Amino acid sequence: MTVSVDVLIVGAGIVGAACAWELAKARLRVAIVDQSFPAAGATGAAMGHIVVMDDSQAQFALTRYSQTLWEELLEDLPASIEFDLCGTIWVAADEEELAEVRRKAAYYRERGVRTEILDSRALQEAEPSLRAPLAGGLLVPGDSVVYPPAAAAYFLERAAALGATLHAGKSVTKLGEGSACLEDGTIFHAGKLINACGQLAPKLTPGIPVKPRKGHLVITDRYPGMVRHQLVEMGYLKSAHSVTSDSVAFNVQPRKTAQLLIGSSRQYDVAHDKVEPEILSRMLKRAFEYVPKLSTLSGIRVWTGFRPATPDKLPLIGPWLEDPTLYLATGHEGLGITTSLATARLISAQILDTVPAISMDPYLPSRNMAAEIHA
Amino acid sequence: MPESVTVFVNDRAVTVPVGATVAVAVMISEGVCRTSVSGEPRAPLCGMGTCFECRVEINEVSHLRSCQILCEPQMKIRVRG
Repeated sequence: MTVSVDVLIVGAGIVGAACAWELAKARLRVAIVDQSFPAAGATGAAMGHIVVMDDSQAQFALTRYSQTLWEELLEDLPASIEFDLCGTIWVAADEEELAEVRRKAAYYRERGVRTEILDSRALQEAEPSLRAPLAGGLLVPGDSVVYPPAAAAYFLERAAALGATLHAGKSVTKLGEGSACLEDGTIFHAGKLINACGQLAPKLTPGIPVKPRKGHLVITDRYPGMVRHQLVEMGYLKSAHSVTSDSVAFNVQPRKTAQLLIGSSRQYDVAHDKVEPEILSRMLKRAFEYVPKLSTLSGIRVWTGFRPATPDKLPLIGPWLEDPTLYLATGHEGLGITTSLATARLISAQILDTVPAISMDPYLPSRNMAAEIHA
Repeated sequence: MPESVTVFVNDRAVTVPVGATVAVAVMISEGVCRTSVSGEPRAPLCGMGTCFECRVEINEVSHLRSCQILCEPQMKIRVRG
């Protein structure tokens, strides 16, 4: 069977789903193919923290822009998405981290993001379960939480309402030069192809600088009121930046159901998706150091997932090398839920040749990437 | 050895035979153990610690399986609606 469309997207995670919706809005004929089912990869494993980050100017621009796009959607989001404007508190354990809180606050404030610096007492009042004393924290009230697979399903539903077709359970064996071959013999012809396969993207497009970075998450039973904001240790970036060794960081999220998600861990070079007791135990110990009461809760499930990581911590959004039909929308590492909507806008601007709201240059796959980071 | 034991379920005294589980006291007193995420009442189903439907708060520790814990004098049990 041969099918002809304007755009073929591979990967029905939140990024592929957002792209499908955005391009369908532009009246393009869109097909989306996934080897298993929507949100089966990193989207289904993710925490779903819509967060503004300032690891780099480009990361700030993308996360901030995308957060405003989420805000625009707010009124329409169905309850299943469990949108919760809980805010983030970056927790500073010592004076050094508090200095970083002040820097971060100034950076955000200059760029129009609301923040509030919490001193030791204000932090205790905001989150009584945190161990005392801690140096302080930075409240970012505009950050929020969603349930990622439901968000992806919603984007796909909206895309489908505009004519996009979803082909789940279909493996793509070849992608490029305006066509995609499926395992079942179907051939899609498309003016534009988008590889949105997350950490699996290099399988279809060899040579792209994306590596899996494994993470563990725990979800607890329901404990109303125990944690009110998404809590992340200020030292998080130190750990997220560690590229040679496995790392853990305190990162706890309250769900609308009053369950708590406990993270986080980061590992390169682990191919299997099994839960690893050693790193899980390190991750939980880190969380217990910040919120001692967590150690008395019932965890009901533990799982792992793979973030699509790039050498310079920025996603790959745009055309890939000499194939004028092939676009990449991957490499979002731990920020794919946040940046899915902005990614879709940038891809759409590139395909339709319109001017995007933010510069697309920092995310173009043709950029120079610091190569030593993947050593 | 006393033949009965008194516990408190949502501050109400309930007396059950020694050896009765917390689930028994809760069912006598409240008829329900907890409320599901979607708001449905839940009660002991398997009675052997597997289904987790009978969770209650005991002495300020939440989510304990009432079918696996025997009543002890003065236990404070809380069932949330």
